[in-house]
Amino acid sequence: MEYISENFDIAVIGAGHAGIEAGLAAARLGCKTAVFTINLDWVGNMPCNPSIGGTSKGHLVREIDALGGEMGIAADRNTLQNRMLNLGKGPAVHSLRAQIDRRGYCDYMKFVLEKQENLYLRQAEITDIRRDGDEWILKTRLEALHRVKAVIIATGTFLAGKIFIGDISYESGPDGMFPSVELAQSLKNLGVLTRRFKTGTPPRINRRSVDIESLEPQYGDEKITHFSYVTDFEVRNTEPCYITYTGEETKKIILDNLHRSPLYSGKIDGVGPRYCPSIEDKIVRFSEKERHQIFVEPCGANTDEMYLQGVSSSLPEDVQLKIVRSIPGLENAEFLRTAYAIEYDCVDPLTLRQTLEFKDFDGLYGAGQFNGSSGYEEAAAQGLVAGMNAALKIKGKEPVILDRTTSYIGTLIDDLVTKGCSDPYRMMTSRSEYRLILRQDNADRRLTEIGYKAGLISEERYNKFLKKLELIAEERERVENLSIPKTPEIDAMLVSRGTSALEKGLKMIDLLRRPQVNYEALTPFDKNRPDLPDDVFEQVEIDIKYEGYLKRQQMQINDLRRLEVKRLPNDLDYNEITGLRLEAIEKLGKIRPETVGQASRISGVSPADISVLLIYLERNGING
Amino acid sequence: MDNRTIAAIATPNAPGGIGVIRISGENALEVADRIFRPVSGKTLSESKGYRAHFGDVYYNNEKIDEAVCLVFRAPASYTGEDVAEISCHGGLFVTKQVLRAALDAGAAPAEAGEFTKRAFLNGKIDLAAAESVMSLIGASGKQAAAAALNTLDGNLSREIKGVADSIIAICASLAAWVDYPDDDIEDTSASDMLPVFESAQNSLKEIIRRYDCGRAVTDGIDAVIVGRPNVGKSTLMNLLSGFERSIVTNIAGTTRDVVEEKIVLGEIVMRVADTAGIRETENVVENIGVNLAKRRLERAELVLAVFDGSEPLTDDDIDIIKYCESKRAIALLNKSDLPLAADRKIIENAFAHSVELSASTGEGRGELEKAVADIFRTNEFNPNAACLTSERQRQCCVNALASIEEAINAINCGVTLDAVNVCADCAIDALLQLTGEKATSAVVDEVFSRFCVGK
Repeated sequence: MEYISENFDIAVIGAGHAGIEAGLAAARLGCKTAVFTINLDWVGNMPCNPSIGGTSKGHLVREIDALGGEMGIAADRNTLQNRMLNLGKGPAVHSLRAQIDRRGYCDYMKFVLEKQENLYLRQAEITDIRRDGDEWILKTRLEALHRVKAVIIATGTFLAGKIFIGDISYESGPDGMFPSVELAQSLKNLGVLTRRFKTGTPPRINRRSVDIESLEPQYGDEKITHFSYVTDFEVRNTEPCYITYTGEETKKIILDNLHRSPLYSGKIDGVGPRYCPSIEDKIVRFSEKERHQIFVEPCGANTDEMYLQGVSSSLPEDVQLKIVRSIPGLENAEFLRTAYAIEYDCVDPLTLRQTLEFKDFDGLYGAGQFNGSSGYEEAAAQGLVAGMNAALKIKGKEPVILDRTTSYIGTLIDDLVTKGCSDPYRMMTSRSEYRLILRQDNADRRLTEIGYKAGLISEERYNKFLKKLELIAEERERVENLSIPKTPEIDAMLVSRGTSALEKGLKMIDLLRRPQVNYEALTPFDKNRPDLPDDVFEQVEIDIKYEGYLKRQQMQINDLRRLEVKRLPNDLDYNEITGLRLEAIEKLGKIRPETVGQASRISGVSPADISVLLIYLERNGING
Repeated sequence: MDNRTIAAIATPNAPGGIGVIRISGENALEVADRIFRPVSGKTLSESKGYRAHFGDVYYNNEKIDEAVCLVFRAPASYTGEDVAEISCHGGLFVTKQVLRAALDAGAAPAEAGEFTKRAFLNGKIDLAAAESVMSLIGASGKQAAAAALNTLDGNLSREIKGVADSIIAICASLAAWVDYPDDDIEDTSASDMLPVFESAQNSLKEIIRRYDCGRAVTDGIDAVIVGRPNVGKSTLMNLLSGFERSIVTNIAGTTRDVVEEKIVLGEIVMRVADTAGIRETENVVENIGVNLAKRRLERAELVLAVFDGSEPLTDDDIDIIKYCESKRAIALLNKSDLPLAADRKIIENAFAHSVELSASTGEGRGELEKAVADIFRTNEFNPNAACLTSERQRQCCVNALASIEEAINAINCGVTLDAVNVCADCAIDALLQLTGEKATSAVVDEVFSRFCVGK
């Protein structure tokens, strides 16, 4: 029987990576926040790869941290192996990735949520959501009714989740957990338009069955970089990963059994991610490739379970086993878990605002896979933005909108709500046109101020950050003024690094501008260098070395910002605007962009349409 | 609102007496100051407005015209912003050059109706006028959309698309290499990219050259006659123009001013300037003429270098040969009616084109015509062939070219590939502006279709 239970300001449905950050941000901003999860033992579960970060995702984690989120510290706390990817390819594309102790990560996150003031963690399945005036009523499986002011849906792959393995399929959440079936129907009744996406995960095998000696190991970095700007504890590499390859035999097994794949026999309707193809997809689409790389990754510190990156599949279990055993080093592999594809309900993100609130449902927000994205980091980033903005709205404060010039988080959200996605959206460095400025090393310089103003960064941390800015400015001034004389020693160093000897003495700043020269190389010639943290030197050096490019990107950013601050009313009737082209009317009406900048990025809206729009706004006294 | 500084030709796009280039926006006077130098010595930025200033227009530090610049201060101007209007000596060529100078100095090309749009936004025109402007902009937007597909001729569009595709392919390789460091994707190296960038650079240069050569036919080219004194420059000028334009005497140093005339040579309209003979001289007045001649030589699109074929080459001749080194130039061995005494070898080594001619009899004029046509390839010029149709399109190509050259430069300096990548992105942006597509999604799509990546 239904009963009236506790009221909250904000309810978060789901305690995955999106739900965690949403709940923490809302509670930390002073809102009484409930976080509901179907299974309390898997808060912050990683149902797919046991790692956090990676290219562009590493940027997201550092940005989340710079804004006061939890993911970075949690990853640092539970690292098995830490690697900075893309070293040597330029600072813009350096990305941090860590293999994570999956169980440890869940325990850590659960504990953080438990300890968080204003936050109420509950194991309960939400089965119904309905409006009641300006507020929302949530109903649990046990028929408790909670009245809340805002709801954040972060259901991941649970929402009407359905698993496919060969010709077998059943309703399920990930990792054998219950799916959220009734809630899916409830959202439909509410009028939320959902669609089906699909994703998948490879098999897990037992370490004792792997011929580890025959595999190529991949170790972590000697010099460890932390995800979090506040991590002050030691992070160590304890586990390597291993590499092997599929061969001709694997290919033959797959091609012989293709008819048994639900993907190829048409049983799955969901749209799968392009960046995460199943092994059968790879073999079919890239048939000329002789081998495909497989990573064997540890799943935790207290388990022998290993993850097989590259063997995602929805083929039947017997075929999967044959495939895995055709791979060198895995001939005797014992399965701990079978690979599966999972289909789930999600929304078209074009129906969301930049705060991730539904345009048509005040107080209803979406975050994570529910919004059509993919990946733990993408989810966490959205959770933070949704949670923060839901809280700010309840407090009657201005929203915090991260536009795409500020961050990868902003780029991710702008892409989702402006361009939409036809398959699960993954962050990539190539998605950001401002990537020389949006680096992982300067996330704090870009965002900590915003996090502080929003109320997510403590006074103490903010003061440390200001101190760092001061040191950067002082060091910059020092190298601007320091003259380095021409000596045989420095000339020898320069020539050995492939750049030219000095004609006469130079300022240190001009030496640092040379791509071939860095702080380390100048140590013997810079005797009075102050003792500063490495990241201060790093910032000064990158600022100097890439100055010309950075300035140019900053100009592009300034151009865009001008349009970004011009806001468009949600109820603007584009049919009424003389001079707009038909295609523009249709697209603008559908997407209802929130700023002129956003409108300018919609495909099918031309610069002339933007001019017309600006005139219309001005004429009608809508000044944003 | 958009507060870029914009510039456009404000007079009808047809040959006429006076051409007006309007520059409007926050930085209008700064832009104008970069290209216009009032004789008063003051800058336009110091002007109070509602003033006319007489002075010279400069492009690449070379004077291209004398002009009047009207300065209007915000809000008392047509657009309500700071405005500079440069009225120059008409002729499409000069007018367009002044516009190009303004664009190079930091102005953006104005959209159709943009001045009026700004006038409205700044409350300078009323609602009814605004309505009609909106329809106008709407209509021109439609035209512009059609233009992106249609006025870019099929061949040209394919050519530009080809260049864009080659850069997109590079960016896709870079993206895959960067976003999937663990997948076994071939390393993308700077040395692999360089030939692609260089080929794109050549294609764009060629596209721009073709536009400029088409313009040579429609708008005319800037040519200059140089030579040491008394080799027959003025006689040549008179031959080409068909009447006594320059005073001809056998006294060396007669022409001191620069004498200009529009002449037609074959299909090409040339604005030819006759200059003082270039020589070392003590005479102050003559020296001014010599310096004028040298400057004129530097900015000319074509140099006609005249030598006296009946005499051995002198030191002054050798100097002139040096001046012509980096120029498009034709050597004219004058006085072919007299026996040849000059060393043809030296001339032929220094000039790709040389013609023997007699300025007094007109013999050799046909060869000169042919040489000019060869240089500007106007004999290949087909008015119906693929060519950029506007300065705006040219600007897109120029921007793309600049970005590609920046990428090449970055590679050569050893800058990391993330910066090279950003230059390449800018080039794609500029090119896709011409074809009306968006850049980043193009790269992402290419990554997934070309590379087998992902977990």
